[in-house]
This record gives sequence, structure tokens and C-alpha cells, in this order.
Amino acid sequence: MVKPAIVEGTQLDGFTVGECVHRGGMATLWTVTHPGITVPLLMKVPRVSEGEDPAAIVSFEMEQMILPRLAGPHVPGCFGTGDFARQAYVVIERIAGQTLYSRINELPIPYEEARLIAGRVATALADLHRQNVIHHDVKPSSIMFRPSGECVLIDFGLSHHNLLPDLLQEEFRLPYGTAPYTAPERLLGVRDDPRSDLFSLGVLLYFFTTGVRPFGESETLGGMRRRLWRDPYPPRQLKPDYPPWLQEIVLRCLEIDPVWRHPTASQLAFDLAHPDQVKLTARSERLKRDPLGTVWRRRFNGGITQPKPKSDVAVQLASGPIVAVALDTEDGSGPLNECLRMTAAHLLATLPSSRLACINVLKLGRITIDRTLDEQGNNKHIDRLVALRHWASPLELDESRLTVHVLEAVDPAAAILEFTGINHVDHIVIGARRNSMLRTLLGSVSAKVAAEAACTVTVVRPPRLATAMAQETAGG
Amino acid sequence: MTERIHHCGPQARRYLISLKANTRTGARMHAEEIVRLAVFADIHANRQAFTACLDSARARGAERIICLGDIVGYGADPEWAVETVMDLVKNGAIAVIGNHDAAIGAASETMNAEAQAAIEWTRGRLSAPQRRFLAELPLKHPDGDRLYVHSEASHPARWHYVRSTSDAARSIEATAAHVTFCGHIHKPALYSMSSAAKMTNFIPTSETPVQLLNGRRWLAVLGSVGQPRDGNPAAAYAMFDTTTREITFCRVPYDVVAAADRIRANGLPHWLADRLLIGR
Repeated sequence: MVKPAIVEGTQLDGFTVGECVHRGGMATLWTVTHPGITVPLLMKVPRVSEGEDPAAIVSFEMEQMILPRLAGPHVPGCFGTGDFARQAYVVIERIAGQTLYSRINELPIPYEEARLIAGRVATALADLHRQNVIHHDVKPSSIMFRPSGECVLIDFGLSHHNLLPDLLQEEFRLPYGTAPYTAPERLLGVRDDPRSDLFSLGVLLYFFTTGVRPFGESETLGGMRRRLWRDPYPPRQLKPDYPPWLQEIVLRCLEIDPVWRHPTASQLAFDLAHPDQVKLTARSERLKRDPLGTVWRRRFNGGITQPKPKSDVAVQLASGPIVAVALDTEDGSGPLNECLRMTAAHLLATLPSSRLACINVLKLGRITIDRTLDEQGNNKHIDRLVALRHWASPLELDESRLTVHVLEAVDPAAAILEFTGINHVDHIVIGARRNSMLRTLLGSVSAKVAAEAACTVTVVRPPRLATAMAQETAGG
Repeated sequence: MTERIHHCGPQARRYLISLKANTRTGARMHAEEIVRLAVFADIHANRQAFTACLDSARARGAERIICLGDIVGYGADPEWAVETVMDLVKNGAIAVIGNHDAAIGAASETMNAEAQAAIEWTRGRLSAPQRRFLAELPLKHPDGDRLYVHSEASHPARWHYVRSTSDAARSIEATAAHVTFCGHIHKPALYSMSSAAKMTNFIPTSETPVQLLNGRRWLAVLGSVGQPRDGNPAAAYAMFDTTTREITFCRVPYDVVAAADRIRANGLPHWLADRLLIGR
């Protein structure tokens, strides 16, 4: 099969090829222009000549299938594809700047910076997973950032699309990927668990905050398999000042069995956005690796190596939503809060991987200068937090599934919408107050939230009493 | 290859007109090129299911109909099913023979008792021209770089099921076609073979177009129109776009209860009615 060689000036399907900007093992990258497209473009051309790695072909085929279906700010836009019949290529948006790999000589970086970076990557992964795609090659060189700060994931050659044939499923004996970042279940041939990406992000976060790769750099299958039973050194052993919340997050990402990691990338992003709310377990304090007895049990008693049925990405994501309940703590909201708790309990009971964020808005006056302390000198903010925890305690949720937040704002609806937007909340539960003078004058918070939220909203009302019916109907 | 007679029955004309009304002529390079195929397998004399699928395909702009065999057997409307396919073929549709169609003319000893009972009953219902139409259907039909066959391509007359990637590999190796379309097993699946002869398998997701990439060869196993067995009672068929090379597996809900009642009312084995309701 003779193919036209790509050189500077080549014309292909309306694209004019510019300079070659990268020659990698799998593909070459060229700048291209097209009369109708204003965004900067890159053409990716796979290396498929005699003697090249067959993985280059399959990886290219996967990108050719997946890239045109992806959308949103966390992936490069796709502007055209060509197949092997003539000249294989994909044309994608060229993201300005460097990949995260450019930071590799500065490691370790400050904890706070690493937290922000990992949070952005987790948000991007959440968006990718929602599009039914698992990246499977999360590492510094596949992560870029837009000038606006949003993380962009690149290189989908090893990815898995839950609704499309997986061309890599039986192609290779070795799990293709980047050895230091590969999740343990990948070594067993599992390609349909989105939590594999959380493991890779955990490796990256460990590496960026300690300067050491948690599982070394071994490229052999034997060396890689050790991570099926051997846990990494806890970061606190390497760096005594390592924050417990960060160790909690990192070691949870690096759990051998995906079940023990964060259920979804959104939940990981949530933890990274609220370090003070991370539930600290024994993980956060650990100074040593697991004792040999534990390691040997893992190694020889199966555990993760037992075969599991195929999982469905969408079903898995749907079972781990972030639910937010907006609560009023004022006097007289008791019956409504009771109903809210019942609704929340029903939701949480059916979704064992979900987490609950209880939010309350401390309303600020538009003109007056608000004092943090009330008339009795109590801190209003802390009082509210206590009240939220008290409300949630009958739910008997594991601490790792519950967070409480008091937002200070002039406009409660806007504050709830902002919080739920930033934190990728999947479902808001909010109470509707009965008709009152206040509601008539100010408009309904729940109505605004229900109308403008980007996610599902459940508006809860206390059961109607017979005597209240006429009034309720009259008020609409 | 089947011989085409250019004559339009009233019913067929209805399809032809409505199919043409939905075509996107602007997107076509040549006016006569057929772009959108609707592929049906294992109709099994289920009038309600096939009607629903034809309506659905027409709404999606189907320009040519492909029928992968087993027009009769199991269901209670064989005369209607054969007549409908005959009319479609007169108007350019392509049809191949299935094992149940073949059993009308020559009894097969490999069938189970219920299938055999349905065949005996069906034989008595069909007219001589209808029986002849079935008997003369070809085992396979090449169409450009595509191949249509009922069971699989390696030994079409032996009616092997494609149950695994190795079965699929045998079929793909037996043909030069880029895409082979088959049915017979009543459960949808999509297999591919890379240039290095590595196989992939996939259970298709309804309504998600999959591009059948040029670099590999494909075997598209269709679900059944008239007797789905993958646990989903909705009728199954597929659309294929010859320009974008995208296949879309489709499911269509239809009046299952009516089809099952027809089976019972005609004294056919009750299990044939019951299984329609559960799609097993």
C-alpha cells in the first residue's frame, strides 16, 4: 500500500499542511490550516509503515472513532478524520502551551498548587466519563490547560468508549499504557472501569507532591504486577509535613481494589475542592506500608484478581451522584426539614456510592454591615454548621459521604446555583416554603433554583393538610 | 443473484414513494447511488413487528431494503410476510434465504419440535408462487464490498450460528467483503478483524452509530425483527450508511401482545407466543 507522504505544503481534504511540530513513536504532528476554520489546528498522522508497532494503527483507529464524538472544553475539538484507505489522519484543535510534563523537573511542587491542578484534572475526567469514555492514559504528557484554566485531556489512543467496540480489547498481551500510571485492574484486562483513571491521577498527584513515583518506573509486566498486592510508601513517610487530607485523597486514589477509591471523578474533584471537609481515616495517618502478612494475603488469596462481571460506565456514574440538600435552619422550618430528610434518605438508600452535601445560606443584608456574631455573641456560621450536622445525623451516613457548607450571600438562590454548579452536583433537593408574605415579595428560592439549575432538582413540600388545601390552591 | 422484475404492486409503490420522499439528494455524489440501507433479519412471519420496523426505517430515510432470510417460521402471518418481501424485492430490495424459508420446500431434520410444527403449518398456508419465491432465494448476495447472508459466510447452507469470536473469524476469513451482514442467532453483535487478524467483539448499543472503519473487516450480526432473543422484546433491525460507513442498530417497540395472540389463535405452539413477550 503506497501512501502519499505528508510534507509541508501538502493539500488534504481542504487542509494545508504546515510545519511538523512533533515526531513521536506512534504519530507525527503537523500544524495545518483550513480556509473555513479560525481555531489553530493540528494534524495527527499515525506511523504505520513497515515494521512499526501495530499498536499505532489500533490506537489511531480508536482516536478516529472517539475524538469526533467528544465535546466540551476538556477535550480538543475535532475537525476532520481520514482513514487508511487514502491517508490516515485526525485534525484537532491545537491547544496552546505545554503539557504538564514540562513541570517534571520542578517536582515536588507545593501542596496547594498540586491540589488545584489535580482538581482541574478530576473535573475534566468527570466530564469525559459522563461522555462514556475512559481515558486510560492519564499522565503529565496527556494533560494541558486552556488560558482560562480548564484542563484539556489529549491522546485518546488507548481510551475505551462504553458504547463503541473496544478495538484494544484483545489486541495485545501486555496492557498498553504508561507503566507507572497504569491501574492494577488494567493488568488483569479490565478496561471498563472509570476508576482506573482515578488511580492514574492518584499516581500523578503522589509524584507531583513527593517527587517520587509510587510504583517506580518498572516497565516489565512482572514489575507492574507488584501493584496488585503491594501498596506504595505513604507520602508522610517521605515528607513528614504532608497534609493528612492530601494523603487521605492520594492513598484513596491508589487503592488496589477500585471499589475503595472515590466512586466517581466528580466526588474526587469535590474532595479536592474542599480539603477541610475530607473525612480522615486511618489512611491519612499511615506512616508505613501494609505489613507483609496483609500483602501476602492479597497476593495469594485472590481479592481483586477474582473475575468480575462487565460494568457499565453510565450505570456506575449514575450510582455515585453528588446530592445537595438546601436547608433552612430558621425557626418554623422543622416540618419541611423533616420531609427533606425523608426524601434525602430515600435517594441515598438507592444510591450506595452517592454523597450528600448539606448547604445553608447565611443571608447577608444588602446595605448593613453584617456581624459574624449574633446578639448573644455566638458565631452564626458555626451555629449553622452544627445545625446542618444535627439535621443529617438521623441519616446515619458514613462520614466520608457527608459534607456541610454554609454559604454567605445576599441572594440565596444564586448562592445555591453557584455552589452546585462549581461542585458538579447531580441532584439538588430543596424545600418550598408555604405561601408567605416574604415569598410573595421576594420570589421563591426553590422556583429559581428549579428553573436555572443545570441538574435535576427535587422540590419538596410538606404533606398537605386538609385545612390548608383551599389556601394552597388559591395561591397556585 | 435474484432476477428483478420491474413491476410495482400497490403496496410496494407506497413504500417506494415514501422512501424517495425522505432521501437527501444534495448529500449524494451520484443520483443513483444508494446510501441508506435498512437491514432486516429473521422476520419470522411477525406482521406487527415487521410493519413497525419498515415504518421506522422509512422515517429514517431508508433507500434500499435488505432482508437476511427467515421470512417465515414461528409467526402467524406467513402469507403477508412473503407477499410483502416479494413486493419489496420487485422494487429493488435484496433478499437471501434462511433455514426456515428453505425448510418450507425441503424438510430439515435439525429443527426442534416447535419450529417443525410451525413449518408444517406455514407450508399449508403459502401459495405455490410464494413457496417458489422462497425456494429460489439465493444463499448469499454480494453487493459491492458488502455481503448479505443468513447464517454466516463460511458454509451458508449449513446454518452455523455465530456464537463466538472464533465463529466470527471463520466467517470473515471466508469472504473478501468489508462488511458481512447476517442474522440467524437472534441476538445482535458486532465483530471486527484487524489487518493483523486480531478479533474484537461487541454487543451493540441501540441508536449509537458505529463507523465500520476501513482498516478492518466486519461481521454485523443483526437481532431479529420477529422473534428477539436477547431479553429485549422490541423488534430489531439496523441502518447502514454506505457513505459514512456507519451502522446503527435500532430497536422498535411493537404490539407484541397482538402478535402473540395471532400465534395462539392459529393453534401454533404456545411457547412461540410466550417467548415474544419476554424476548427470549
